[in-house]
Amino acid sequence: MTSNHDTDRGGLKVKDADRAGLNDTAMARVMLWFRGRRVFTHIGLILFGLVMLYPLLWMISSSLKPEDVIFREQGLIPTSITFDNFIAGWNALRHPFSHYLFNSAIITAGAVVGNLLACSLAAYAFARLEFPFKKFWFAVMLGTIMLPLHVVLVPQYILFSELGWINTFYPLIVPKFLATDAFFIFLMVQFIRTLPRDLDEAALIDGAGHWRIFSRIIIPLSTPALATTAIFTFIWTWNDFLSQLIFLTNPDMHTVPVALRTFLDSSGDSSWGPMFAMSVIALGPIFGFFLAGQKYLVRGIATSGLK
Amino acid sequence: MTDIQERPPQADPAAAQASAAGTPPGVVTGHHTAQIKKRRRKEALIAHLFLAPWFVGLIAITSIPLLASLYLSFTDYHLIRDWGWVGFDNYRVMFTEDPRFIKALTNTSIYVLVSVPLQLTFALALALVLDRGVRGLSIYRSVYYLPSLLGSSVAIAILWRKVFGADGLFNGFLGLFGYEGTSWVGDPSTALGTLVVLNVWTFGSPMVIFLAGLRQIPPSYYEAASIDGAGTMRQFFSITLPLLTPIIFFNLVLQLIGAFQSFTQAYVVSGGNGSPADSTLFYTMYVYQKGFNSFEMGYASAMAWVLVLIIAVLTAVNFLMSKYWVFYSDK
Repeated sequence: MTSNHDTDRGGLKVKDADRAGLNDTAMARVMLWFRGRRVFTHIGLILFGLVMLYPLLWMISSSLKPEDVIFREQGLIPTSITFDNFIAGWNALRHPFSHYLFNSAIITAGAVVGNLLACSLAAYAFARLEFPFKKFWFAVMLGTIMLPLHVVLVPQYILFSELGWINTFYPLIVPKFLATDAFFIFLMVQFIRTLPRDLDEAALIDGAGHWRIFSRIIIPLSTPALATTAIFTFIWTWNDFLSQLIFLTNPDMHTVPVALRTFLDSSGDSSWGPMFAMSVIALGPIFGFFLAGQKYLVRGIATSGLK
Repeated sequence: MTDIQERPPQADPAAAQASAAGTPPGVVTGHHTAQIKKRRRKEALIAHLFLAPWFVGLIAITSIPLLASLYLSFTDYHLIRDWGWVGFDNYRVMFTEDPRFIKALTNTSIYVLVSVPLQLTFALALALVLDRGVRGLSIYRSVYYLPSLLGSSVAIAILWRKVFGADGLFNGFLGLFGYEGTSWVGDPSTALGTLVVLNVWTFGSPMVIFLAGLRQIPPSYYEAASIDGAGTMRQFFSITLPLLTPIIFFNLVLQLIGAFQSFTQAYVVSGGNGSPADSTLFYTMYVYQKGFNSFEMGYASAMAWVLVLIIAVLTAVNFLMSKYWVFYSDK
């Protein structure tokens, strides 16, 4: 009986009816009422979901419509499908769109590798090792999560331009190898803390050093946290606009978001079809990662409040 | 601090050797405290090695730039021109002689104060509906969550510009009811509203956090309440809401901080200049314009520091207020 409560809170009232000693027909009526209400809930939820997704679906369908009918036809099903928008958009800028996709891919891959390496190293120290002022450093680490990027952007720009790194990918990748996305350190610390210590201790007795414990025990067991980190780093970096706008001014180095903005600037309120087409392509990888990594995404936000 | 900075590079090869050799720190043959001390020192050393990349980042990418921008905020630093110390001038000018700064601050405040409560209301409402054992929960959750992932991208901002444009989707919808709308992104009185809608649209991530919070409430509470004759409403206000206040608080802090720093949407929807009539000039956009368009980097740094203070105050007020309305069950 209790297990039923766990899975279905809507069933509570039915149990009450039972307890009150109502006969079977009354029970059936109550059940029916609940099922009816559930159908309404589903209809409501589906309609709401459709309203939410409508703009996205409209964009996808518009990208397949001939330019001149995009704003005359509000419906989702295109009367005639054409890939002209994709061809036009792909070649609308100085480079073919694949150039910008490639640039974005390099930065994103670098950021993912950097975050995985540097954040897991730091997280191991915070979760498993004792060292002086540990609490202080942990507090500092948490503090940097709250710090707005904008306050360090100007000096970072000066620093990177002194190093000759403007219009290279270094400003967008190197900081990740220095664990500046402290959020993921926190995420992994929280995760590693839940792993039983018995394994580490057994390994210590067997003569393993901390590097071995880290690489052979902690890392393999932390796959869920690492997956969450990888997926979020991917999505954030792929979407990131501000720092790419600042550090990559040379059109050869432009990434997908910056290229899209240039496209918008250069064509103003014309060529929406091609722009939608390229937007669909830009969102594609995020959508793919979303589908592939849903489990980790939900777990990640639920435990740490990621966006 | 100096201790930590100095150690790792010097100790690097030695410690690597030690751990590679596999000296078992766990096996203590004697009972000497000296040995324990040695072990502790070794562990601290190893910890600093693990933390080395983070320390370098903390110093070079975060701390030094942070202090540098504080210093620059008291100068009229300019990327090309000569520059010098100006004291509190930047801060004074900001609040007394710069109407665009006030405008940016007002716009952002309105945006935050309207969109965050709305977003959280949607998030909580949907989480409550989904938590009542709806079949296909994971599908609904994914559908509602998707916009949170896409919302900050340039592509969606471009889409928004067109959805709320003169001949866009929204006016097409209004047209079904015989209402003929104008361009919502082109009208100074409604442009900010379209950005509010965009932020509310991304209610999925706080919703998932709410859902996780609702799962933590033991079903036995509801059982006991319903035996005592408490109705759905009563159960919501006496059980669900009080037990959820820590999560509401968490979401509130997170979303407030995030919303105050919004940049991409306003930038793209307005075409990079806060148009029409500065109605979508966001705080961070103005920082960007000053710092990287007109290269008045001293002034931009001062604005960035005011932003830090605003966020710090916002968070502190939230924490102080939380005493009065957040309920922690384990206290």
